[in-house]
Parts: sequence; C-alpha cells; structure tokens
Amino acid sequence: MDSGAPEPSLYTVKALFILDNDDNRLLAKYYDPKLYPSMKEQRNFEKHVFNKTHKTDSEIAFLEGMTIVYKSSIDLFLYVVGSANENELMLMTVLNCLSESLNLMLRKNVEKRSLVENLDGVFLVVDEIVDGGVILESDPQQVIQKVNFKVLQSAKEQIKWSILK
Amino acid sequence: MGVIKNSKHACEQHVPGEGDIMLARIFNETPINPRRCLHILTKIIYLLNQGEHFGTTEATEAFFAMTRLFQSNDQTLRRMCYLTIKEMANISEDVIIVTSSLTKDMTGKEDVYRGPAIRALCRITDHMVKMSYDVVKRWVNEAQEAASSDNMMVQYHALGLLYHLRKNDRLAVSKMLNKFTKSGLKSPFAYCMLIRIASRLLEETDGGHDNPLFDFIESCLRNKHEMVVYEAASAIVHLPNCTARELAPAVSVLQLFCSSPKAALRYAAVRTLNKVAMKHPSAVTACNLDLENLITDSNRSIATLAITTLLKTGSESSVDRLMKQISSFVSEISDEFKVVVVQAISALCQKYPRKHSVMMNFLSNMLRDDGGFEYKRAIVDCIISIIEENPESKETGLAHLCEFIEDCEHTVLATKILHMLGKEGPRTPTPSKYIRFIFNRVVLESEAVRAGLSVSVPGLEKSLHQYTLEPTEKPFDMKTVPLASAPINEQKTEIATVVTSKMPEKVGPSRQDIYQEQLAAIPEFKALGPLFKSSDPVQLTEAETEYVVRCIKHTFTNHMVFQFDCTNTLNDQLLQKVMVQMEPSEAYEVVHYVPALDLPYSQPGSCYTLVRLPDDDPTAVSCTFSCTMKYLVRDCDPNTGEPDEDGYDDEYVLEDLEVTVADHIQRVLKPNFGAAWEEVGDEFEKEETFALASVKTLEEAVGNIISFLGMQPCERSDKVPENKNSHVLFLAGVFRGGHDVLVRSRLALADGVTMQKNASGKIIILYDEDERVASQAATTMCERGFENLFMLSGGLKVIAQKFPEGLTTGSFPSSCPQSVPPTSGRKRSTPRPPSYPAENKWQFTSEDLNKIQFYLEDMLIPTNTNSRLSRLSVGSAQSKASSARSSYTPSAACSDSARTQSSTRHWK
Repeated sequence: MDSGAPEPSLYTVKALFILDNDDNRLLAKYYDPKLYPSMKEQRNFEKHVFNKTHKTDSEIAFLEGMTIVYKSSIDLFLYVVGSANENELMLMTVLNCLSESLNLMLRKNVEKRSLVENLDGVFLVVDEIVDGGVILESDPQQVIQKVNFKVLQSAKEQIKWSILK
Repeated sequence: MGVIKNSKHACEQHVPGEGDIMLARIFNETPINPRRCLHILTKIIYLLNQGEHFGTTEATEAFFAMTRLFQSNDQTLRRMCYLTIKEMANISEDVIIVTSSLTKDMTGKEDVYRGPAIRALCRITDHMVKMSYDVVKRWVNEAQEAASSDNMMVQYHALGLLYHLRKNDRLAVSKMLNKFTKSGLKSPFAYCMLIRIASRLLEETDGGHDNPLFDFIESCLRNKHEMVVYEAASAIVHLPNCTARELAPAVSVLQLFCSSPKAALRYAAVRTLNKVAMKHPSAVTACNLDLENLITDSNRSIATLAITTLLKTGSESSVDRLMKQISSFVSEISDEFKVVVVQAISALCQKYPRKHSVMMNFLSNMLRDDGGFEYKRAIVDCIISIIEENPESKETGLAHLCEFIEDCEHTVLATKILHMLGKEGPRTPTPSKYIRFIFNRVVLESEAVRAGLSVSVPGLEKSLHQYTLEPTEKPFDMKTVPLASAPINEQKTEIATVVTSKMPEKVGPSRQDIYQEQLAAIPEFKALGPLFKSSDPVQLTEAETEYVVRCIKHTFTNHMVFQFDCTNTLNDQLLQKVMVQMEPSEAYEVVHYVPALDLPYSQPGSCYTLVRLPDDDPTAVSCTFSCTMKYLVRDCDPNTGEPDEDGYDDEYVLEDLEVTVADHIQRVLKPNFGAAWEEVGDEFEKEETFALASVKTLEEAVGNIISFLGMQPCERSDKVPENKNSHVLFLAGVFRGGHDVLVRSRLALADGVTMQKNASGKIIILYDEDERVASQAATTMCERGFENLFMLSGGLKVIAQKFPEGLTTGSFPSSCPQSVPPTSGRKRSTPRPPSYPAENKWQFTSEDLNKIQFYLEDMLIPTNTNSRLSRLSVGSAQSKASSARSSYTPSAACSDSARTQSSTRHWK
C-alpha cells in the first residue's frame, strides 16, 4: 500500500459500481482498461469488495491496492474506486454526488426496485457524473438538471403517445 | 444485432415478453415508440454491463438500426442512443455510420445534446485513431480561456488539459502555476490539481522548500474545502527532505481531521500520519492522543492504521497494550492491513529488541490464522528477521516456523523456511528436533520443496556427525533421504554439499550426475577420475547464426573437458566430423579431440575437447582459448535430407572461451565459518590488499567477488547491512583436487585518506595554499593516530615558485604566483603536457621526475631548503624521496578497496 505523490491527472475514478444485497451487479463501469480487463476479474473484485464491506457501515476501505469508498441504501450498495494514492475526499465527493442524484431522481426511494425501473435514468446520471474516469460534475442538482429535463420531456411524450394510440 | 436472449435479473421484470423481438423491427416502427425503444436500449446497456458478449455484426447492425432513432425528438431516447454508441463503439466495425447523426447534434441548437454528443463522438474517434497530440495542442488558447471560466468543472478540466499539453515544458508549467496561484480558482478539484502540479515541480527542483510553490501549497492548508486542505497536507508529507518545521502545519490539520465525523476524512488523515511516522515519528507524537481515540473506531482500517502509527511513535511501555488491542480485531481486517501490521511489528522489533517474545507470540498466532500468500510471507519474513537479529529468539522462532510448514500450502514459503532450518538448525543446541520436520517434508512435498532440502539435509547431516546423536538416527538420515545420490568426489572428501542456496533449480543435484555418466561413457575420458564441477553453458555464437554452439566446462582433478553442444540450423547441410579446435593462451595443453560424427539439421550434437591443466604451475588458473569449429560439409536436399556424395572441409570461428578461477572452485557451505577458519590454521594464510577502483558500493563489491571466485558466501555475509562503510565477507569453497579454500574478505568503502592511514609504503602529504589550514588539519589527524603524515611547509605558494612543473597536477590557483624557471626558454616554447586531475594521476612519469630533479638541484645549490617536507609525527622510517615518489597523489584517489585473506590447505 505504498504510494508516492499522486500524478496530476484528470483521470480520478478507476471504477464505479452498484450492487444489490445479494452481490449482483446492477451497474458497473471500469474506466481504466488495465484494471481488471476481463469480466471474471471484475466480478471477483466486486465479490471481494462486497464481502469485506457489506456488513460494516464504514464508508471507506482499502482492498487489492485500491481505495474504495462506499455507501449503502436499503438493498443497494454504491461503490467508487480510486487508486491507492488518490485523494480520498475526491472519491467521496463523487460517491456523495451519485447517491444524492439517485436520491433526487428516485424521489428518496433509493432501492433496487425503483432503481431497476429507472435504469435508463441511472445510466444517464452516472454518465453525467463520471465519464472515462474524469469527474464531470459534483453537484447533484446540476446532474439532475441535465438528466431530469429529459425525463420530464419524455413523460410528456409518453402522455402524448398514449393519447394518440 | 440479432436477438436479445438471456436477459437476467432485473430486466426480466422490466421488459415484459420482449425476449425474442428483433431490434430492427421495434426501431423501424412508425411512428417511433420512444418508450419501447428506450427499453431496448436500456436493456442493451444493461446486458453489456452484465458482461454479455455482442458480436461485431450484431453491434454494427444495432448501430445501423439506431440511426433511425435520431429522427425521434425524445431527449432521453437520444441520450440513451449516445450512451449505447459509447458502450458499443469498440465492438462495432462500422461506427462511421452514426457519426453524421452525432455531428448534427453536436452543432445543433439543443444544449442538452451537444455535450453528450461530443463525448460519444470522442469515444468513436478514440477508437478509430490514436489521440493526436498535435491537433489538441492547437487548442491551448481555447483551453486557457476555459480555465478562467466561471463554471467550476470547466475550469478544472481546462487546467487538467493545459497541464497535460505542457507537462514536458517545465518553464510553461511554472508560468501556468504562477498565473493560477495568483488569480485563484473556484473549483476545489482545480485546486487539488494545482497542488499536485506544484508538488511535482517542487520535487524536480533541487534545494530547499523556501520557494513560492511551497508557500502556495502551505497556503492551501487554510482553504475552505477539506478536499483541498487534505490534498495540501498530503502533498507536504510526500515531499522528499521535508523538515520537521515544514511538516508541523500539515500534521496539525491532519490531527484535526482525526476527530472528524466523516470516516473517509479520518481514514485519509490517519493513513497520511502513518506515512509521516515512518520517517519522522517525532512529528506525529503530538497526535498520539487523537490516535488513541481512533483505536476503537468502528472502521477497522482506521483502527489498524491508528495502532500501527502509535506503534511507531509510542514508547516501549505502550507496546504490550497496543499489541493486545490489535489482536482483538486482527481477524476482521483485510490482508492489506494485516501486512501493514506485520511491517509495523517488524520495525518495532528492531527498535525494541527486548520485546521480541511478545512479538513472536503475536506473529505465531497470526501465522495460524487464515490469510493470503502476501500476508503469510510478510509474517515469515518478519520472524526470520527477528531470528537473525536476536539470537535468543532463535529457538522459539524456528519452532513456530516448523509448525507452520507442517501445514503450509505455499511452496515458496516452505522452501524458504526449510532453507532457514538448514542454515540455523545445526547451530542450535538440539538440531535433532528439526530433523523430523525436514524429513516429513522430504516424504510429502513436491519437487520444488525437496530441492530446497538439498541444502538443508547435508547441512544437518554434518551437524549430526558433530553432535553425535544416537547411532540409530544416523542410518535413517543417510539412507532414506532421497537426495543421497551425490557425486563421488563429494563422498570421498566429505564435503557437505554441491548444490548451493544460490541455485535453487530443480535439476541442480542431478545435472552433474548426468554429465558424469555421459562423460564416463566416452573411453578417452574414463581415466580422468571423478568429475569435480560442471559450469553453466556459455554461448559461443550469437543466437541467430547458422550454427549455434554453447560450451559446458567440466573440471576434473588435472584435466578439463570442454563439451560443445552444436546445433546446425541450415536445412540444406549435413555436417560431419565436427570438432572445435582450441588454441590456449597459457600453458594449457590440448590432449585430445572427440568429434561429433554427424550433425544433421536441427539435431544437436556434442563434441569434446580434452585439455590437461598445467602441473608445474598450480596458480595458472585462468586461460583464454580461441575456438574454431572445423567440419566436413555435405550439401543436401532441404526436402528429403539426402546428402550429396562429396563434401568439403570448412571452418567457423567461435567466440573466445574463458576459463576463470570460478571454474576450479566448487561452492561449499560452511555452517560455522569461524571454526573452519581456525581449523585451517595460520600457516596457510595469505593476505593481500586490492583496490577495486571501478566499484561504487559494498553490495556491488560483494557480488563481484563472489562471482569472480565462484565460492559460497557463509554466515549470510553476502548481505551488506545498510549505511555501513565496511563489511566482512566470508567465502568457502573447494579447489579442484579437494583443497579447502576459505576467504575472509574485509571490504572498506573509504575515501583515499582513511585507506592510506598507516599503510606500509605510503605517506600522506598535507598542503594548502599558505600553511594556515594544513597545520591544524595535520594536528588533528596526528591525534587520530595517523603516523605516516607529512606536511608541506610553505604550502602551494612555495611549490608554485620552486616546482612550477612536475610535482603537482592541474594548474595553480591565481593566488600562487609562479616563478619563471631559470632555463625556461625551452620549456615555454613546448606546449604544456595535458595536466591530469589529481584523482586520475597515480604515478609520477619519468618526465615528472626529471623536472623535479631539475628544480631540486636548482633550489638546493643556491639557497638552503626553505621548502621541505617537515615531518610531523614519528612512524615508519621510510626514505622520503622514495615514498614521495610512490605516493604523492593518493589523497582522493583510491575509493574502494578490498583486502582478501585466503588460505589453502592441502588435504593429502
């Protein structure tokens, strides 16, 4: 777990994933192609992380040479992974933004059922927060504004089409 | 894309009954049904996320179908299209078909599309062409403008891009830093980036931290964002050569963070403090109280880090308590942190050697717990280092290790421990008890572990003889150990082992047997006696040549057999009567050649050359042979391999082959080197001093000596402790014919002066410009016991006048006016010979001596000497002139030297 000074780079987040409480993957993004390139390695890593974290309620861990910040909400576990020498608080900001954005989008029902029902929105939220490992947005309001506008729009469309049918 | 099958988990509930619907059909419905299309896209992304594999054609088809979705104005659908494109960009072949749709969105009016469309397009272009640095570089101005944007994220990204573009240009980076540190930034991310850039720049700058960059980092400790404050503190801690004063403000903010309600902040703080404690434990002592509070933190990572930090900073009295606390939850923490704990313990043992029993107990408990390889290895390493440091802990430590290997799944560790037992076991009061553990391994373990035993068994066996255990044990040991197939000479001379710790290869024990058999099958070599040593193969050709030849040197008592393994890589040639002709440089005599009769394409064959070693001069050990391969070539059909009737003679020049000292010496492990040294006695001792001028470190010297002599380092003396200026290396071996050779090599890494202290035949001359400094220095050195010290009275100024040339090297400082030599016409007209720096000049040339003679006569005749070598101390009575000649310039000359003491005893 030795680490020198961090490299000045925009690529902060190594991976981000959401698991349910049976360790199933709902969403996972690995931004560093060198880190766990195969699905099997990714799943092993996720299982390892899940086993070490799901029982404790302590938001940060260090596993397999990675700093992992995490948060649980009802039956969901949100994880953000960074390298050993990454600023832990930066990762925490990403995690908070993710959980807060989900909270806003899912109207406080951050649980598996509602997440699955709004999976498209979740993909978009994650895409607005981190892309390719670069932090794009850290303000949940901004994230929702960028995504939600369209959600509303699509609601309108939906009504329109349901009438037209 | 064909069909979506295998939808799993959640999506099954979500997309009812659409398992087998063709994508294209849904996408082609008119009007477009955004909801259903959205489902499909969501499902695709979900399946990709689950690791479902999409074929190239499927992905390309999906891309095609998706172009139609751009007709819809549904924003979410459009956004999902972008996402799908991004996800599939690297699978699909024909991504170009969607780029026109993306380009349209990118330049369109809708803000919400523009960003994501660009990002999706970037992913595609990334996939298609390598990032073009030059193109991006043209946008520096735009990036610069963006960096002063009001939008925080824009600012951050622009800064990141600017740094990336300029990072190879130090000046530009420091200008950029200067600008932004003054103007200030809004985004905390951008601040973190600036801090990283600044610390990177500081690291590259030599000298102290009295620098605006450091001031900037320090000022960030007062930023309102915790993220920035922590980044700054961490940057200061990671700076090399930080003083305690510079560290203090960083440590105090970290101390504050320790009591934060946020776990991540506490974790970050204590992890950084742990780092500080490694180098500056005293700087962290102020935080001890806060760290104590963290021991009970619910996050075990934080608690572990707190304890290990305390172990580094705390006093000896707190060790017991902390160890107890940590053992209460060691099973709950991850392997990574367990390793941290073990490392802390290892450091602690060095600091408080008296605590080793507590530690050993703790470690043995940890060893019994479950854990991965890294963790176990850390524990084993730690125990071994404790054993090496504290002799009194040896028995308990070995007992723990023995218990561990009884049920150890890690071959590497078992081998390591067995090796340790072989080394240390014989020196314990009761070596017999380790026999059982080793024997168990011999019976049960795999090849690799047994190879590790080949060292330990003979070592123990010998000790068994010495300690005379019950006679019943003896046959058990000799007969049942499967590795007893030792070469013949070994049994004759009772040398403990042939295989050494440095050669853990499995073939080790059997390799020599094979050679022995092979050689004995050749009638010419039957009378040579037992094979003494076989070298590793030496390549005599480049790897990619027509013929590949390598040589193995077999040493016998009075002969050497060179085995040439030749391979013919030409498929249109058959070589016959292949032999390697050797021309020795020394008194070696080539006695006989054994040719390889046939050498067809790609089938290796061996030919041999027998050489008699010179009898009359046993010291002529090294020799260089020039080698030529001679053979008869018969061209043949590459397809059938049928050779022609006729052949012709040809030859092929090989690289020279060296026979070195190491070829005559076999490595032998002496478990007790001191006793062996005494046994040989003084009469066979020979002492010599060598200067190893090209060697810079003691490790390098040790490595060179070992490989040059080819002997076995004993008593772990091949490991040089850190920060030592001297070292003693013990080597043991057997010279061919069964003569024991022991080497005790005292190595000193010294500056020239210390090396020359009281060395016989050397004097040290001190001089300075005008005899002010030198006299004081000379007094001090005399007090320190220098007895061969002289001072040049009058200093350089006098020398400059009396000896303008010859006695000194380099040019005189301007403060020393040179006199014009009396007969200078001749001298001046000739160009001055190049003057060598003092450290390169070892001897006076005859020209120098002539000049000195010339000036000396000139000076002594008219005046009485007023420049003289006045002797300061009493010591060896050497003639000044001769010693001055031999060593005038060694002041900074001899940087390293080795003194080798060797003794040879003839066992007849």
